[in-house]
Amino acid sequence: MNQHFPALIIIVPLLAAFFIFAISWINRKLCFPIAVLALAISFLSAIALLGMVLKNGPVEYRMGGWPPPWGISYYVDYLSALVLVVVCTVALINLIACRQSVSREFADKIGPFFTLYVLFVTGLIGMVITGDAFNLYVLLEIASLTGYALIGMGKGDAALFGLNYIFMGTVGASFYLLGIGYLYLITGSLNIADIASILPGIYGSKVVLVAFIFCITGLFLKMAFFPLHGWLPNAYTNAPSAAISLIAPLTTKVMIYVMIRIVLYLFTPSFSFEALHVASVFVWLSAVAIVMGSLLALGQKSLKRMLAYIIVAEVGYMAGGLWLGNTESITGAILHLVNDAAMTLCVFLAAGTLMFKIKPSLTGELQLDDLAGSFTKMPYTMAAFIMGALSIIGVPPFCGFFSKWYLLSGAVTAGHYEFLAALLFSSLVNVVLFFRIIEIGYYEKPDHRADAGHLIARMDEAPLEMLIPLLLVAAGLLAMGFYTDDIVTHVIRFAIPAGIV
Amino acid sequence: MHDLILTIISKYNYWIYIVLLMIGLYAMMVKKNLVKKIIGMNILQTAIILFYISIGAKKDGTLPILLHTHHTGHHLVRAADYINPLPHVLMLTAIVVSVATLGVALALAIKVYHQHGTLDEDEIHARIRK
Repeated sequence: MNQHFPALIIIVPLLAAFFIFAISWINRKLCFPIAVLALAISFLSAIALLGMVLKNGPVEYRMGGWPPPWGISYYVDYLSALVLVVVCTVALINLIACRQSVSREFADKIGPFFTLYVLFVTGLIGMVITGDAFNLYVLLEIASLTGYALIGMGKGDAALFGLNYIFMGTVGASFYLLGIGYLYLITGSLNIADIASILPGIYGSKVVLVAFIFCITGLFLKMAFFPLHGWLPNAYTNAPSAAISLIAPLTTKVMIYVMIRIVLYLFTPSFSFEALHVASVFVWLSAVAIVMGSLLALGQKSLKRMLAYIIVAEVGYMAGGLWLGNTESITGAILHLVNDAAMTLCVFLAAGTLMFKIKPSLTGELQLDDLAGSFTKMPYTMAAFIMGALSIIGVPPFCGFFSKWYLLSGAVTAGHYEFLAALLFSSLVNVVLFFRIIEIGYYEKPDHRADAGHLIARMDEAPLEMLIPLLLVAAGLLAMGFYTDDIVTHVIRFAIPAGIV
Repeated sequence: MHDLILTIISKYNYWIYIVLLMIGLYAMMVKKNLVKKIIGMNILQTAIILFYISIGAKKDGTLPILLHTHHTGHHLVRAADYINPLPHVLMLTAIVVSVATLGVALALAIKVYHQHGTLDEDEIHARIRK
């Protein structure tokens, strides 16, 4: 039983997804408990895997018993064990929190919604755990296709922007597939560890260079790295709130995990950082991404769109941390990946809860002005939102501060002061962004709008079922801040390959 | 000049793959009709399938199976003689993925058409702005 956790963590939700769809024809009420059960099993497997890795080092699982270069092997090391726990935790918490809003928004589509939800999580878990480059593509497409469908289920122009996301996402995934094709052409292998062992002899080859360019461009597209971020804000703003508090924290983070995996473990640091001279170009691009993401967030009036642009800036943080290429900055990037998943979950969950209670004034999007009076009417939700906001800004006891600190000191070590300046600038902009919300929510009276009278009367605190997970996440931000040192010394330190100074 | 033509002709499948890739990208970037964009996306995916098939293909290659003869029992085909089946099998998966993508994209296009009564991007954006 013990040695089968790497298979269980993906097979249980995969089978459960089909089971949920089948059972939705018989009794819709059973869909939710099955989804919770499946993701809880994945969550427990992830915890067990992390425990096994901490105790005995990396775990390898051979699918069907075939040895690695020929068969598909699932490989859990420190990095993937950590990200697995993050993915499973976020998915489970959000699932429990979103039950009411799902049954209100999709009364007749509960079965399909939970099927897509669980399949999406399956794809993400698979991307994190797989040790095979082509298998990664297949799981990437599973996660993407279900993500498109979840986003397309939204109201308003969700279908149009979902379609736009499909175009961009498909080009990204296709480029990744092409890159893997070129790697297969020259190495004859699809196993990530195997390719990494063959590559050092042929670093000078143009085929390897083309493969690198295709893979990285594809991943940049998928993770919404600044010039290629166009699909993200529109798709995220119009998506249903139950789906977006799953997709927003996880999609970009898992894509960054894949980039870390490809850059550090497939091409290895000696190729990515030394043989090619692109690292500092990417650091500059990340600095631009951070500045532009923050500036664009500043110009938004809709709450979700503002948060979406903050994600664009956060992607810049993590990409920059990786490409700075020293121990501190990569520690910062991995730590920020974990923290940002929690922070984004916190603010998007709070936004979803607000959406559940406040009827948006026009166009169906929740505007910042709609939040007037929310502090008095929904104190707990807003408290959790502010905790998430403080963490994104980077206020000390919260976890966001520590990962930012690692990124800053990594930037100083590498001598990239433009990245340092961009980080500080973005923190300042985040202060402005979130204090504007506090100002509106706390001080402004909602009576400046004509229909506000009966609007504010209806607004009250969210049901406990949504509130408890939200407060749990907010408390988690503090806990992760206090245990940062443990996470770094016991897990992340081992996740960085030996070649990094 | 002669050499150039020879290189193009001897590796014509790779040139077709590049041309198809560019047609697909062009259609996705320039065309205003959503269905034309979806067709462009499909052409792009097909181009990649052609690339993978070309990696494994060989002139006069056989299948990687046991050959049976009456007198000597059976013997394995030598690796140099058969077509590498792995990229072809990978593309079975990629075809499934591209069909699924096409399905999701067309479903969303239908939803867009029901909402706006048109598939022209400019018209839809003009309607949204109103």
